[in-house]
Amino acid sequence: MRIFVCVKAVPDTAARIKVKDGATIDPSGVKFVLGPYDARAVAKAIALKEAAGDGAEVVAVSAGGTKGERDANKRLKDALALGADRGILIPDEASENRDPLEVAKALAAAIKAEGDYSLVLLGRTAVDDQAMSVGPMLGALLGAPCVTDAVGLEVAGGKATVTRAAEGRQQTVELTLPAVVTGQRDLAEEKYPKLKDILKAGKKPMATFDYAWTDGGYTVTALEPPPEPVAGKIVGEGPDAVPELFNLLQNEAKKLSF
Amino acid sequence: MASKVLVITEVRDGKAKKGSLECLAEASRQKAALGGGDVTALVIGGPSAKDAAGELGAQGADRVLCATADWLDPYNGDAYARLAVNAIKQESPDVVLVAATLDGKDLAPRIAAHLDVGYAADVTGMTVDGGKLVLTRPVYAGKAYAKVSLTKTPQLASPRPNTFGLLEGGAAAGAVSELAVDFSAADVGATVTGESAASAGKADLTEASVIVSGGRGLKGPENFAMLEELAQELGATVGASRAVVDAGWRPHSDQVGQTGKTVSPNLYFAIGISGAIQHLAGMSTSKCIVAVNKDADAPIFKVADYGIVGDLFEVVPKMIEHVKSLKA
Repeated sequence: MRIFVCVKAVPDTAARIKVKDGATIDPSGVKFVLGPYDARAVAKAIALKEAAGDGAEVVAVSAGGTKGERDANKRLKDALALGADRGILIPDEASENRDPLEVAKALAAAIKAEGDYSLVLLGRTAVDDQAMSVGPMLGALLGAPCVTDAVGLEVAGGKATVTRAAEGRQQTVELTLPAVVTGQRDLAEEKYPKLKDILKAGKKPMATFDYAWTDGGYTVTALEPPPEPVAGKIVGEGPDAVPELFNLLQNEAKKLSF
Repeated sequence: MASKVLVITEVRDGKAKKGSLECLAEASRQKAALGGGDVTALVIGGPSAKDAAGELGAQGADRVLCATADWLDPYNGDAYARLAVNAIKQESPDVVLVAATLDGKDLAPRIAAHLDVGYAADVTGMTVDGGKLVLTRPVYAGKAYAKVSLTKTPQLASPRPNTFGLLEGGAAAGAVSELAVDFSAADVGATVTGESAASAGKADLTEASVIVSGGRGLKGPENFAMLEELAQELGATVGASRAVVDAGWRPHSDQVGQTGKTVSPNLYFAIGISGAIQHLAGMSTSKCIVAVNKDADAPIFKVADYGIVGDLFEVVPKMIEHVKSLKA
């Protein structure tokens, strides 16, 4: 069984984001990490590999820059430290604002070049672009069935059974293999690599796959900071302020009526 | 040139999702700028999905196209994408909109890949310039906003629910026609074998009009009962900060923030939430924010429209009592 897991270098969610020159973010002082959902997808891939036994392998793939904090090599190393067997880097020095369909095409090309596989796992979303697109696009491009937002995944008898957390309900979906699955946080427990795992990761094989990037059909024409929040008013202190709060919500903001 | 719009609508139990109706309403408002082309609603689902045709017409659908079969309820991304692509090939729209619900965000990227077109996810702003859409979408969970243009046809976008308003007093019912379902469940590699309601009778966080969220200030999971009661009185949905989800007090499906749900309700109550940047990123597009926190310097007060500084264990019971008296 071969499992691909696609990962992305993203700014830490605690990072303050500053827009530079109206088109990109200022990366200085921004810590980049393995996508938090991607990390859970890697953990799940490792668990499936361990359950499958000998001969199974987990291949981490990442499209992204190769320089500075944004270096996708570092995030592939994170995946290797979590237990992936080898990494494939698709270099893209203009990865910021890249059309997600281009990313999906590059990943599909890299995966097809490797031959057979059983599963492709991804995080449900990258916390920077937040398009939730690459997984389902990859399924369509590979001609493989796809389920998003998985909170459970079991593989047996040539099939994957996925529990999908949709809004207000859960679906159980059976997929023929090979299949593409994007994972929620609850897909797997978070794993923390030990020092020896990090050292071992440095010796695992890394390959490069080149993709001829194009502009695609999605163009970011400008990046802007969010509107400044307008400071509101402190209605008062303690429970005595409650009647005035509801008075304002009903008659000033007009957000409530009874 | 008149640009035709296709809105892929989401119907559950014969009723259209609010986000889908908002897409139709927005398409109607932009109709003149788009040159006056028809707005068509596509309905995919079980036989009862057709029952939504009237509501779709009232929000501006000139026509309603239905692809229905028993096995198309519940949602199946692979099958829905195939039917949506068939409809787009038949109708040749210039613009395709899908509400950015979880199902919509699952469906739209598949369509983009099948048709090889650009796709803008989760848009909060839409204007028309020279017949083409100019879209605004939050990135980094709202810490920045991207302006996006789509250079291929059709232009495909998913508008964020609760962001675009509905039409008032629209009445015309659209003409209904059928779209053939030209394949069967066995032709699809994904089979939905079960669906269960995880939280019956409660509006989804992303579509809720009022949200009452709690944070670490609640001190323990048992104290969320107080927020549940307030939410019940207000017809609201309960949310949570990452801190309390990480602590295991609430399920991850309740989490509002950059690694949870992004919400834009009419009214958002942040109770005992200090306002970490991660949380603010998920709720700052709410139309009105109320904060209750004992720390007057908490960052949440910088984004709140109204704040009460005080002990939530005194303030929240008073809120419940006061709402009950207003309703009496």
